[in-house]
Amino acid sequence: MGTGLTYEQGKRAAWRGFFLLLVVTLVEVVLALVGKGIIIEGFTINIWILRVLMIVVSLYKAYYIVKEFMHMGYEVRSLALSVLLPTLLLVWAVIAFLMEGNYWNNSRNYIKDQNNAKVGYIEMDYKHPIKNAEEIPNEIQFLG
Amino acid sequence: MATEHVVDQVEEMALNTVDDGPWSGGESPMKASYGKLMMWYFLLSDAFTFAGFLIAYGSLRFAMPSWPVPDFVFQSFPFLSGHYPLLFVTFMTFVLIVSSVTMVRSVQEGHRENKNGAAYWLLLTILGGATFLGCQAFEWYTLIVKENMTLTVDPFGTHTTEGILLDHDGKETEAIKVGETYLLHKAGGHGHGDDHGSEAHPMPTTPGDYPGFVIDEGGFILPKYKVTQEGHPDKGEIKTLEYGPKAFGALFFFITGFHGFHVFSGLVILVIILINVMSGLYVERKNGYEMVEKVGLYWHFVDLVWVFVFLVFYLL
Repeated sequence: MGTGLTYEQGKRAAWRGFFLLLVVTLVEVVLALVGKGIIIEGFTINIWILRVLMIVVSLYKAYYIVKEFMHMGYEVRSLALSVLLPTLLLVWAVIAFLMEGNYWNNSRNYIKDQNNAKVGYIEMDYKHPIKNAEEIPNEIQFLG
Repeated sequence: MATEHVVDQVEEMALNTVDDGPWSGGESPMKASYGKLMMWYFLLSDAFTFAGFLIAYGSLRFAMPSWPVPDFVFQSFPFLSGHYPLLFVTFMTFVLIVSSVTMVRSVQEGHRENKNGAAYWLLLTILGGATFLGCQAFEWYTLIVKENMTLTVDPFGTHTTEGILLDHDGKETEAIKVGETYLLHKAGGHGHGDDHGSEAHPMPTTPGDYPGFVIDEGGFILPKYKVTQEGHPDKGEIKTLEYGPKAFGALFFFITGFHGFHVFSGLVILVIILINVMSGLYVERKNGYEMVEKVGLYWHFVDLVWVFVFLVFYLL
């Protein structure tokens, strides 16, 4: 593995990496505390802007660790791609599962709203059960 | 004779094509040893395992109407009794970054075939990793023993409706701030997640319905509040505060525990490699201490995963 750096350059690069990661982490934490109104009373940053900022900064940290500390930047292209490309699958996994989680939340809220509406419920007639689909009421109301 | 000739020709063709190009054997087209390559692919698979855990966290968090605010949940600091949001976990991150840099230095000294240098920086890396594990032990101790969080019980609830809290006698006191996280206390006990009440109003320890709160079967005190939110179906009613999302404890302990287990196994491997370095085993191999480089990859990966655990658990 050749990084193309001399020993002294490599040493300096290692400590530069340390300060970079330290500063970036501190920026993240200060951003989180200021953005949520903990350091300055009454001052907040929009939560979605804050989240995007923190994700971008974290991805930069991950990029730096993989490229410099793990020397991926100095490996043969085919090795780097064979490791990095499969992680792209995670992009869709994150989107899909967050959407699914959001759907669960919406469904629960919908059922709660229906329950709170207190409009009544279907009396089940056990002696004369519904025999075919035509008899099922079009709108099912939830138990109040 | 004719068949022999054909066989010769086929063999010759096969030899010609096989010997052609970097993938025909005898060469490393990725310019990396088998061990290093397989370490990368193991780390890739491990990344997917962690991603599975973190995606489960995100998905369950999106599925809940509220989620404990990390600035409130993680605000303890050893030997200090005040509130220091995120300070301790920032220190833990700092420790892990330092141990990552000492690992880089160890690999560099290994490349120069400097036995003592590689061993010295490896030792510092081991100290960093052990410090991180110690910090995590403190964090877990605080959550489990002092704040009564378990795999299925999450005492960190978050206000979702406007209302007015009731004091111990059932009188209205302060207004609720929606989105603020609270810690449900336990009656009796010793930690700061426990409540004895004051001298004038000692906290009862038996489960039951009291004027300003309910003590449930688990011994948790659920304060009462009056719903004042406009348009809320229960407006005007007295309700008790609820527990936080049940999955929070399980997610926290499994994800940080799985990461901590990686740190621990990394430490064991680092100690083994350190013994090998000091015994002079890698001097004979003359490959620039490649084993140090390989365990270094694993150690940086542990740091890499922490970047994301830190992001989703403590920052977002």
